[in-house]
Amino acid sequence: MLGELLDILLFRAGYTAAVVSAGCTLLGIAGGIIGCFALLRRRSLMGDALAHATLPGIAGAFLLATAMGSMLPGVLSAKSLPVLLAGATISAALGVLSVHAIVRGSGGRIREDAAIGIVLSVFFGLGYVLLSIVQALPGGTQSGLKTFIFGQPAAMSVGDAMLLAAVALGAALAALLLYKELRLLCFDEGFARVQGWPTGALDLAMMALVVIVVVVGLQAVGLVLVIALLIIPPAGARFWTDRLGTMLWVSAVMGGASGYLGVSLSALLPGVPAGAIVVLVAATLFGVSAIAAPRHGVLSRWARHAALTRRIWVDHALRALFEHAEDGATLEPLGTLSREDGRRALSGLGGDAAIAMLRKRGFIDARGDIVTLTSSGMAAATRAVRNHRLWERFLVLHADMAPSHVDRSADMIEHVLDPALMQELEAALERDEAVAAASRVPTSVHPITPDRRTPGGATGGHA
Amino acid sequence: MLHPLSTPKSLADRPEHSPSSPLSVHDMTVAYQRRPVLWDVDYDAPSQSLIAIVGPNGAGKSTLIKACLDLLPRASGRVEFFGKSYRESRHMIGYVPQRESVDWDFPVSALDVAAMGRYAKIGWFGRVSRRHKDAARECLARVGMADLAHRQISQLSGGQQQRVFLARALAQDATLYFMDEPLAGVDAATEATIIDVLRSLRSAGKTVIVVHHDLPTVPQYFDHVLLLNTRVIAAGPVSGPESVFTSENLRRTYGGRLTLLDQAAEAVARARGG
Repeated sequence: MLGELLDILLFRAGYTAAVVSAGCTLLGIAGGIIGCFALLRRRSLMGDALAHATLPGIAGAFLLATAMGSMLPGVLSAKSLPVLLAGATISAALGVLSVHAIVRGSGGRIREDAAIGIVLSVFFGLGYVLLSIVQALPGGTQSGLKTFIFGQPAAMSVGDAMLLAAVALGAALAALLLYKELRLLCFDEGFARVQGWPTGALDLAMMALVVIVVVVGLQAVGLVLVIALLIIPPAGARFWTDRLGTMLWVSAVMGGASGYLGVSLSALLPGVPAGAIVVLVAATLFGVSAIAAPRHGVLSRWARHAALTRRIWVDHALRALFEHAEDGATLEPLGTLSREDGRRALSGLGGDAAIAMLRKRGFIDARGDIVTLTSSGMAAATRAVRNHRLWERFLVLHADMAPSHVDRSADMIEHVLDPALMQELEAALERDEAVAAASRVPTSVHPITPDRRTPGGATGGHA
Repeated sequence: MLHPLSTPKSLADRPEHSPSSPLSVHDMTVAYQRRPVLWDVDYDAPSQSLIAIVGPNGAGKSTLIKACLDLLPRASGRVEFFGKSYRESRHMIGYVPQRESVDWDFPVSALDVAAMGRYAKIGWFGRVSRRHKDAARECLARVGMADLAHRQISQLSGGQQQRVFLARALAQDATLYFMDEPLAGVDAATEATIIDVLRSLRSAGKTVIVVHHDLPTVPQYFDHVLLLNTRVIAAGPVSGPESVFTSENLRRTYGGRLTLLDQAAEAVARARGG
């Protein structure tokens, strides 16, 4: 089985299979690129509606072509793919128009999501009725129309796959050509209109590209799931980057991989619809992105959060030590205190465990019965205390806060203040003699009492 | 023809429409579902000036801008820019929409957004070349955002986002600017920067029309004011003998709302004093 899969993946499973794989890869790439714009313009669900709306067109085209074919034998084959896809395109367009008509006709009382739901289900239902009529026709069960619902790339001919590849490539290139215009449209339509861009036509072009991807993807992926190629790769790509240009490429790669791997795997599992496998491959890539992507993945968000929690904990612990030593009840020089005092200062932050943790990080020396802030510990403590007090002072002087309430508010902000903001604070407090006089650390605006020394919000563990 | 000053002022008076005015609005009415939001607005903007549009919530301030720019349909009326139609003068018009009108999570950088101001000059299918990027970067520098050019826009503060929008409008290199509440909810430093930029635009001969919500700063920041409450209540200079920024006009604009009246009285006192 593995060898077979390798053969398919390396395009050694025969000419037709290779062309079909290439076509589906290009379909995924086109879906990935065009889907980014649809996602950012919040048109993804509209894509789903129009995908479902293709079914009555396919069945209707088949019926029409059969009727005409019986009148003019030899001119038109009901099974001709271009005829079916033309029908699909027309009814997809009718679906989009119906959504707009419902929203507008209701005077805005029925919103777009509800209108999409109506169109999606009604068109699909109608399509299924027409499909049943086709199946009841003599030879109708052999029409192959059912494969359009969940997709069957194995049933594609070389010609079908060539058509798919060519159209998908064209659509992807068109989207890239319109990159700048679509980016502006998706970000700020009003501004685009003021600049003179024909936003209506651009919007139409974008929807047309979506229709093209959906329609040419019908045979391979099926109308129920083809929308996945337009939504899942762009959504996954968003985790990796904050730039649309990069997002397009990541999305294209994920879409291409989904199409390629999905179709290859489906060749090995003939009982499972290809569309379902393509979707699962795309979902796997999405899942990996959501968890592991360095920019917005869950893991990196956790890591950043943990680092911040750790920093806040260290700030609190060092501030507690500093303020305890500053109290005067301790040994000279500043920053040196007995282990007992140190333990008391850090009682709310873990006591001895906190001392061990700070020592491990090189912020303090703990020799015998004496705890001393190292030079790096002293620097960090000074910075933490200074930030805290500057911010407290600012709140009291400029935000009319009572000194007794200020500690907790300051506590929430001070850890995220950047140097530029601290400079602004200093400037705002420049004339405050307490700041000017104190060489580095201003005095506290409230008495330092033991219960205050364990700051509120110090919930962050030190694990 | 009578000198405008010699005629008694009344609502029936129509301003003289001059072909050179950067913006002439003729009898414009805008309605949302048959409820008029703007009624019979007639206005000529003086050139080379900073103009504030002032009025209570729901007075139609943003609507006026959007209807002028064809972003909203007009029930009636006509708008001319420099004596020409909107279509012909579009390249001379810059626009700063309300900050809330876009999705700030959109995957673009501050520089990308500023460069959008150049898109009309770049034209169809063209790439944003180095020349245009440099121009956009320069506009970011003018609003003090040069260092943050490559930040994703969601990582900017509200004031910084507003500056990016202003930089994008500067990149349009227009002669007439419309700005929808550019000073709403920004920090003091941003407000000072934006006002500096507006003044430099005026000295460069441009006209800037700003929807403004803060009455006390009107006399300080602007030359002209358009007092709006569905209709134009008054329009003219902010100070001097012909000033329309009077407590009487403000009362007519804001109705009987006490807190706003207090604010207005204070603003007038300040305008008289300084």
